[in-house]
Amino acid sequence: MAVRFRGGEACVAPAGLALRRADPQSGETMSEQLIVQLVVSGLGMGFIFALIAIGLTLIYGVMDVVNFAHGEFIMLGMYVTYLAYATWGADPLVSLPFVAAFMFCFGVAVYYLLIRRVIRGSMQSQIFATFGLMVFLQASAQFLMGADYFAIRNSWLSGVVKLSGIVLPVPQLAAVVGASVATALLYLLVFRTSVGRQLRAASQDAQAASTLGINVSLMYALAWGIGAACVGVAASLLSNFYYIFPRVGAVFVLLAYVAVALGGFGSIHGALLAGVLIGLLQVVIGFFVSSELKYVPVYMLYLVVVLLRPRGLFGRT
Amino acid sequence: MSRLPSPRLTGLYLPVAVLIVAGLLVLPLAIADQPFELRMATLVFLFATMGHGWNVLGGFGGQISIGHGLYFGLGAYTSAVLSVPHSVYPWLGLPVVILVPTLCGVLIGVPCFRLRGHYFVIATLVVAESAFQVFTVWDWVGGATGLEIPVRREGWLNFQFHRDKTSYYYIALGMLVLVTVGIWWLRRSRLGFLLRAVRDDETALRSLGFSPQAYKSIAMAISAAILGAAGMFHAQYVLFVDPFSVLGLQISVLVALFAILGGSGTLFGPILGAAVLVPLSEYSRIAFSGSGRNVDLLVYGFMIMLIAAYQPDGLIGWFRRLSNLSQRTGVSTKG
Repeated sequence: MAVRFRGGEACVAPAGLALRRADPQSGETMSEQLIVQLVVSGLGMGFIFALIAIGLTLIYGVMDVVNFAHGEFIMLGMYVTYLAYATWGADPLVSLPFVAAFMFCFGVAVYYLLIRRVIRGSMQSQIFATFGLMVFLQASAQFLMGADYFAIRNSWLSGVVKLSGIVLPVPQLAAVVGASVATALLYLLVFRTSVGRQLRAASQDAQAASTLGINVSLMYALAWGIGAACVGVAASLLSNFYYIFPRVGAVFVLLAYVAVALGGFGSIHGALLAGVLIGLLQVVIGFFVSSELKYVPVYMLYLVVVLLRPRGLFGRT
Repeated sequence: MSRLPSPRLTGLYLPVAVLIVAGLLVLPLAIADQPFELRMATLVFLFATMGHGWNVLGGFGGQISIGHGLYFGLGAYTSAVLSVPHSVYPWLGLPVVILVPTLCGVLIGVPCFRLRGHYFVIATLVVAESAFQVFTVWDWVGGATGLEIPVRREGWLNFQFHRDKTSYYYIALGMLVLVTVGIWWLRRSRLGFLLRAVRDDETALRSLGFSPQAYKSIAMAISAAILGAAGMFHAQYVLFVDPFSVLGLQISVLVALFAILGGSGTLFGPILGAAVLVPLSEYSRIAFSGSGRNVDLLVYGFMIMLIAAYQPDGLIGWFRRLSNLSQRTGVSTKG
């Protein structure tokens, strides 16, 4: 059953972080349960951030362009998942590969229609080309779907599971598993296949790669496709436990930027580690300190790390 | 590369500029009974001023910031805080309003200017977003609900005009002209050259014995001061500040957008950007109002993509070619 929500953003609880507080029966099991739930919740968000950040860092690593419309890619993926669910009743788990494939095509199209024209321009024109895309996609979503909030209820990956007395939310667990699998596949693709080798060659030295017969433009298109497909997987997993609305991307993408920069622009390992770290940190701080200020320590962490290591944790020098 | 105007151009600039300012001075006579147009013109001046402020650091100094909403917000908040409990005359508060963002900018710059490229861009974003979140929970400045500036008797001393908004128009125009003249002077000064050197080749500048860090800080100070003054105007104009309207990410992005789409690092770029984009956004909003479907943003986003893809130098490049003022074809896009 699809539930429609109306109203401002304020009424939306951060659904992904909604922790079930344990029954106040015994103090010890409660705190133990609480910690496990916090960790699972944090990891769930963390792996989602990581997957989004990996898509972003892949595009950056291959062609030095930061995609400021990345958040809107998430939004698009979530709407596609929702529409598949509302139209054909396809569970997010079933539609996941199709959403990823759709996003791949979308990423390639964005490259050929927009990015290819600004790649030789300055950093400013690149930032604003993708920024224009962000405004355009957000407005398109609002134009086509309205400002309503959508949610996918009772998907296969919903509810809770009880593991030795500890109640764990299934969507977050699925996010951890799904995002890990997607990341592992991406690693295989980038580091173990000939396509991946060509991608890395194009990223290290486009000119040298093209003299070796590698179609650099095709590699760029591929990077955009794969980057968008990563976001598609993240969006599909996310739609099991998060509301869908035109501005949903902004919630995730800012932290994904921080993850990318924290890990070091262009570093896949860095994005993975930083994404998971940020997910854990914001959940723990949101719970114990203040939910309004939960991102501030994450931002401060970024500043401290890049000041000590100006290329992030794993960035290329 | 430096974007110095050729002598031929400077000869033309002055009379044209005087003509435009004269036209703008008498414009309210024509549109005094059209509050929509009057408000839009005021907004163009305000955003052009903010674009100028961004341009000092981002265009001349090459330090692209997506966090300049912070200095605008600090200016607006300082002005509001001074007006609410202490009821200081807005004009008397001006030095404080300028000082607070300037100091914050310089302090923030100390660590951030060590970063380069996208690391710096993300750092500015992160600092501004942190400030936004802190302001939403900070009760002393009204938290998420913001501060309302009490209505007082209208007059220049109180910076409040209730029936006829023309005075706001003139204040904004005056601010823009003042800042434009300042930027014009800055571009031709030694400081202006050094700032562009920071943008073009930091290492070379350092090897000549200059400190890029120091010049970035100066650029930041000027930049934040202009944004702070603009923030004060905004606060006194709408008589209300809250984190969403003055510190939000969209302000930071818009400021940079006007400067870049107009032509960053140029004198008239920010003015051109604001003069084209503000009416575009306002008119498309009323043209499609009532639909509630954000068609204005659809058009807006599409235009931004088009300009970025086909005119990476900003509108000013197109303008130059169109009016055939420049003989040079293919102005370098690397900035």
